Amino acid sequence: MSVGLGHYLTVAAILFVFGIFGIFLNRKNVIIILMSVELMLLAVNINLVAFSTFLGDMVGQVFAMFILTVAAAEAAIGLAILVVYFRSRGSIAVEDINQMKG
Amino acid sequence: MDIALADLIFYLFASITVASGLLVISAKNPVHSVLWLILAFFSAAGLFVLMGAEFLAMLLIVVYVGAVAVLFLFVVMMLDINFTELRKGMLQHLPLGGLIGLVLLGELLTLGVAWNFGDNVAQNVSAPTPTLTDTTNTEALGHLLYTDYIFVFQTSGLILLVAMIGAIVLTLRDRPGVRRQNIGAQNLRKPADAFKLVDVESGKGVSLSQKKG
Repeated sequence: MSVGLGHYLTVAAILFVFGIFGIFLNRKNVIIILMSVELMLLAVNINLVAFSTFLGDMVGQVFAMFILTVAAAEAAIGLAILVVYFRSRGSIAVEDINQMKG
Repeated sequence: MDIALADLIFYLFASITVASGLLVISAKNPVHSVLWLILAFFSAAGLFVLMGAEFLAMLLIVVYVGAVAVLFLFVVMMLDINFTELRKGMLQHLPLGGLIGLVLLGELLTLGVAWNFGDNVAQNVSAPTPTLTDTTNTEALGHLLYTDYIFVFQTSGLILLVAMIGAIVLTLRDRPGVRRQNIGAQNLRKPADAFKLVDVESGKGVSLSQKKG
């Protein structure tokens, strides 16, 4: 069976599910949660590029590039918030982050 | 033979991507997680090359491996965190997470089986991929990016600028009580401010007034 669109979409789907699973599995660790989000964005990028290739449309690759940009910005801001939070609280456990509720 | 080799390479990269994705979320040590993430990005870049998106593959390596993953590595190593404490109760979330993951995977696969392209999808292509003998992937992407998508491109630059300023503002801190060199004050200092000559009369003491320089 020759490799086609479905194969790439399957890889992306599995990677996306691993990202969501990682968020549930490492509920306490914000760093791993951020990494899981990166995995999910990678899966979305694979989807976009796969459709772009198999439809012969370049726009998918352009948008994959924009997702890459936003993912980089998100990682930078997220890690900066993490560092600031660790400085003031000395912990990054998710259940300790409840200062802003209500 | 040629096609079979490409298929083999696809399966190689795909299995490495999926396996390292699983290890990212299950590794005991977060540093190992980051390293698995880097491997996942590398093999995803290999998949991109297989799909003919060479520029995006190189971008993935430069931006993700070179910047984002190294940023993660820095933060993981910089923060002094008890990670075994954070892993406590991890298995308690396994059933719910596994259930949601399985349901989602089932839904996605069902969608994959039941789904098909529309009839007129070939007519709706907005920017057809040029053949490789005409233009390279990078050139074609550049043609598109700097003409039709110039405003989106500028906006993404703005997003990066805002992210940069935000990260700097968030992590910059003014520590009180740190004595820094004040070059202006040093240069303005005159001999008269620094010392004075006092005549000491014999048999009498001298009172020295402490003066900060």
